[in-house]
Amino acid sequence: MQVAAAAAPPWPSLPRGGIAFLFPLSLLALWSISARLGWLPPQILPAPSEVGSALWDLAGTGELASNTAISLLRVVEGFAAGSALGLLLGIAMGLSRTTEDYVKPLFTAFAQVPTLGWIPFLMLLVGIGEPLKILVIAKAAFVPVALNTFAGIRAVPPIYAEVGALFRFNRWQLLHRVVLPAAVPPIFTGLRYGLTHAWNALVAVELLASAEGLGYLLVWGRQMFWLDTMMGAMIVIGIVGFALDRIMAAAEQRLQSWRLA
Amino acid sequence: MKRMLRGMVLPVGLLALWEFASHAGVVDPRILPSLELVAHTAVNQVMHEGLLGNLAASLARDMAGFCIGSFIGVAIGTALGLSLVADRLFMPSFNGLRQIAILAWIPLISIWFGVGESAKVVFIAAAALIPVVLNTREGMRAASTQLVEVARALTFTRWQLVTRLYLPSALPSIATGVHLGLIYAWVASIGSEYFMTVGPGIGGLIIAGRERFQMDLVILGILILGIVGFAINLGASAIEARLMRWKPG
Repeated sequence: MQVAAAAAPPWPSLPRGGIAFLFPLSLLALWSISARLGWLPPQILPAPSEVGSALWDLAGTGELASNTAISLLRVVEGFAAGSALGLLLGIAMGLSRTTEDYVKPLFTAFAQVPTLGWIPFLMLLVGIGEPLKILVIAKAAFVPVALNTFAGIRAVPPIYAEVGALFRFNRWQLLHRVVLPAAVPPIFTGLRYGLTHAWNALVAVELLASAEGLGYLLVWGRQMFWLDTMMGAMIVIGIVGFALDRIMAAAEQRLQSWRLA
Repeated sequence: MKRMLRGMVLPVGLLALWEFASHAGVVDPRILPSLELVAHTAVNQVMHEGLLGNLAASLARDMAGFCIGSFIGVAIGTALGLSLVADRLFMPSFNGLRQIAILAWIPLISIWFGVGESAKVVFIAAAALIPVVLNTREGMRAASTQLVEVARALTFTRWQLVTRLYLPSALPSIATGVHLGLIYAWVASIGSEYFMTVGPGIGGLIIAGRERFQMDLVILGILILGIVGFAINLGASAIEARLMRWKPG
């Protein structure tokens, strides 16, 4: 213990998390200096202050809020539809081997093609309006939710069902008292993946075909060569994506608070 | 056998329905081209339009980006996993940047690197890098402390410690990361071709099909995407299993 104390550096140590800011702050400093001295033309790397003011301007005109709201609404709608279907299919395949036999091969084939691949197909099918975005986002959420729900239900130890049988539970009681609660953790993993995939799909579909939303802000910045706007939009995309994942994690914790350790 | 037959029911039924709908004129054949038209397009593409060249271009791009990304990813992951200082210093920034949906980088990358081959490879490499870094770091950190003590007792040098102990014990985790990296890289290849439509590739083929309203071409492209993705996944699993043969249990 004393040795450790003696070996401590003479300067006051940074708080645990403080060191995390060292790298981004020095990067930011270097970035500012390079912008100030004109090492790189602003068409390649605008000053951080310009990114900040671009964001500020977007926020001031209300464009940022309205585009974020549009994107969020799309994700919520698509995710709700896709995850509901995914839950249904996952539960159906998990509970019945017959359903699994019939549906799983088709589902696997469907899931093989990345969401990005379905976008042009759906564009020809439904045009580039709002239904396209909802369908693409729903597909992105559907696959991981269905897969994890299916796997989660299959992983419920058979002994639980035996205990249920001992209590003379009927099928419905068995399902909602035993099987579903036991499968909550993997199902939530699936929902979290689903939401992340949904957010990525939103960015993809807005980049390809949209006249509003955060992805469109990026496209617009690209066309105008406004790098500050583009970087601002990227930052917001990152923050919203992070926030969505946090919300999901918090919900997961809350739902599982009854679990012992 | 029975299970396989059951599995065939829905796909075959759907195909039959599709074929019927397109022949009976229930659906506009431009929206739902008949199966033989898709097959015809496939043959025509292979024989005259250089489909295989497009496929080879996509795969070459995919592999180049994947190799660069996973190599750098293993290096970064190893550094982060072994050095607490590096981890504290860089991991939060890495996690922050990772929050930005990967496709959102495409506009910026296309301004920095143009829309040619190098921009695509940079993007694919970045997509492959992320899972490799995360899993390599996890694997390095999970090395057994008992083994590390043994190695110290045997006075391993730092180099020996890394190559004889940390790397082998992190191998399963690295393999998982590389496997994910392969999948991400393939999706990123398609994404890069969608948005930077210069040069040959399967993604470009699909986009061209959409622009010319050729559903047969789009469906063909989707089929190829699925098959290649499936093959990559299968290959990666096989290599993973082979590498992990020595592992008990």
